[in-house]
Amino acid sequence: MSSQNTVLVKDNDGMPIMKFLKENIKPQGKFFTPFNMISIPIILLGIGIIVVRFIKGIGSVTNLSQEVPWGLWIGFDVVTGVAFAGGAYVITFMVYILHMKKYRSIVRATVLNGFLAYVFYAGALLLDLGRPWNVINPIIGNSFGVSSVLFLVAWHFLLYMIAMLIEFSPAIAEWVGLKRARKILSGMTLAAVIFGITLSTLHQSGLGALYLMAKEKIHPLWYSEFIPILFFVSSIFAGLSMVIFEGSISHKVFGKQISDKNHKSHNGIIHGLSKICTITMFVYLFLQVLTFVHGKRWVYLDSPMGRWYLVEMIGFVLLPMVLFFYSYRKQNIFLIKLAALITMVGIIINRLNVTVIGFKWDAAVHYVPSWMEIVVTLTVLFIEIWIFRWIVNRLPVLRDSPSWVNKK
Amino acid sequence: MKINRRNFLAVLGVTGVSLATGEKLQSSQENENETEFFGILYDATRCVGCQSCEFACAAEHGLPEPDPSDMPEVGKLRKTNENRRTVVNAYETSKGEIYIKSQCMHCNQPACSSACLTNAMKKTYEGPVTWNGDKCMGCRYCMVSCPFEVPKFEYHSPNPKIVKCNMCYDRVIEGKLPACVENCPAEAITFGSRRELVAEAHRRISENPDDYHNYIYGENEAGGTGFMYLSPVPFEELGFNTSIQKSSYPELTSGFLYSVPSIFVLWPAALLGIQKALKNNKSEEEDYE
Repeated sequence: MSSQNTVLVKDNDGMPIMKFLKENIKPQGKFFTPFNMISIPIILLGIGIIVVRFIKGIGSVTNLSQEVPWGLWIGFDVVTGVAFAGGAYVITFMVYILHMKKYRSIVRATVLNGFLAYVFYAGALLLDLGRPWNVINPIIGNSFGVSSVLFLVAWHFLLYMIAMLIEFSPAIAEWVGLKRARKILSGMTLAAVIFGITLSTLHQSGLGALYLMAKEKIHPLWYSEFIPILFFVSSIFAGLSMVIFEGSISHKVFGKQISDKNHKSHNGIIHGLSKICTITMFVYLFLQVLTFVHGKRWVYLDSPMGRWYLVEMIGFVLLPMVLFFYSYRKQNIFLIKLAALITMVGIIINRLNVTVIGFKWDAAVHYVPSWMEIVVTLTVLFIEIWIFRWIVNRLPVLRDSPSWVNKK
Repeated sequence: MKINRRNFLAVLGVTGVSLATGEKLQSSQENENETEFFGILYDATRCVGCQSCEFACAAEHGLPEPDPSDMPEVGKLRKTNENRRTVVNAYETSKGEIYIKSQCMHCNQPACSSACLTNAMKKTYEGPVTWNGDKCMGCRYCMVSCPFEVPKFEYHSPNPKIVKCNMCYDRVIEGKLPACVENCPAEAITFGSRRELVAEAHRRISENPDDYHNYIYGENEAGGTGFMYLSPVPFEELGFNTSIQKSSYPELTSGFLYSVPSIFVLWPAALLGIQKALKNNKSEEEDYE
């Protein structure tokens, strides 16, 4: 007890833990930044809309209908958001399983990003549930719908959040200054990583498998029995593109926290990731071509949806793949970032094509999200960025760990 | 082999997961061959479009009484919604005006109940597919999955329910007829065990081959449904979705679900193996931070 206290005192400039937390909760830095000025009104508006939603029902703020029961909140927030959060399992696989030490410096930021993404997208899911008070039913075991893909996805979300929290927890221990706890938590990392990769494989593909029963409702250019595999493979380069994108922004915004060594190595990391993106996108494109031929899909090409399909495949898969390859060979960091950006747009298009645009594409009335659905989506996104910024400004995420970590 | 804490935790994780997924292997589907499901046979040659079934259904389930001005008309598609569980529509066909009642099909292997992660949507032993509000979390995955687009959702309620025909389950277990069947003056709707109804439908077709189109809609659609239709004309003319697959919808996800336990067992083992194989033994013990 007493030895623990001395550690705390020494590590945090002699402050007791409660005072330390109080000091740290306060906001830091300038308040009147462009990001704050844009995000605060949207967040306030979004919270207002959420209140209306819980008083008057989902239909009062969304354009969902009896024919289209899942819209932007599922198709974008959950399905697309989770694909982007795939970076966490790919990077932890590379660092902890393949021992690619080069990428160690971006593990924490990526895992934190993934963790927050899951927390907020699962949170967004609660807004979409008509009877959210029953959300614990499939967890507490009084009604296990084990034949449901959604049951699997729900459980995996929960378990993967715990796994990512364990992967990230050493950073929390370093922040608070708990040496002993840090050692124990670090020891759990490999188990959490292995568990997390397994969970990710299954629920990244599971999000695609959710739509398998909507066989006649999804346009045949996007429906096939291979949706789960396509979703899984695309989550690899979706996640890595997000890592490139988020890393580039973080290095600008939080540049002061990053050591010179990590600043220098960052271009090398982006360069290495571009190679992995090229390979996985090639595999994905190959699978798409196989699916195309297997499903005899050429008969659908001569239609508006068919041309839209070609735009997605050529403009947002083939083009960024070639760009990743070219910029990898030329070592052109700017072009890699551009390719990552195009890839991310392509992932948004692909996920929305399956879940929203291609869903009941032949219906008389098309679903278009209401402005309120978009504001709530932005609210979720902005709050997540606020929390991310709050944590990065305090915990050793981008900055180096405190000096006591490496001392034996 | 040396067992340190890290290995132990990894092994523990693998074992725990295998145990947890063992349960998933057991499918919740009942063997429908051993169960005599109740069903309903609808005969479009008899229906006169009087809407008695709509009124009886609304009265039975406490729904608003149907608007008398909203009659079945050719060219107007009336749909079920959160205020009405069944509707009758009129179609102009090659054999004159024909009425079709629509409601839940009560599939033998319903997509909705397989989709439901809380077992709120359930195929009962008696045959009706029912909804339980104490379990439902309102995710609407049943609506996404149902090929007939039957479940409806109360979008404008803070305590929304999923609304659909439940074949008057409460009446059925008391031994009574569903409200629509009991109140049909034309005897167009017949209630009985599904096996008997299929036989009855075949009998009607073979005794009056000129009056019936030789097809029972629902005998094989979506793997067989509890509600089946007879008609004098091909079902394409009556607004039926004839692209519905003949095998059951839950089968579409069973391949994926069966792969889950194998991945849960193989993946951690493979990952741990790769991790150990690639580890440079000469270097000091790595610190996983």
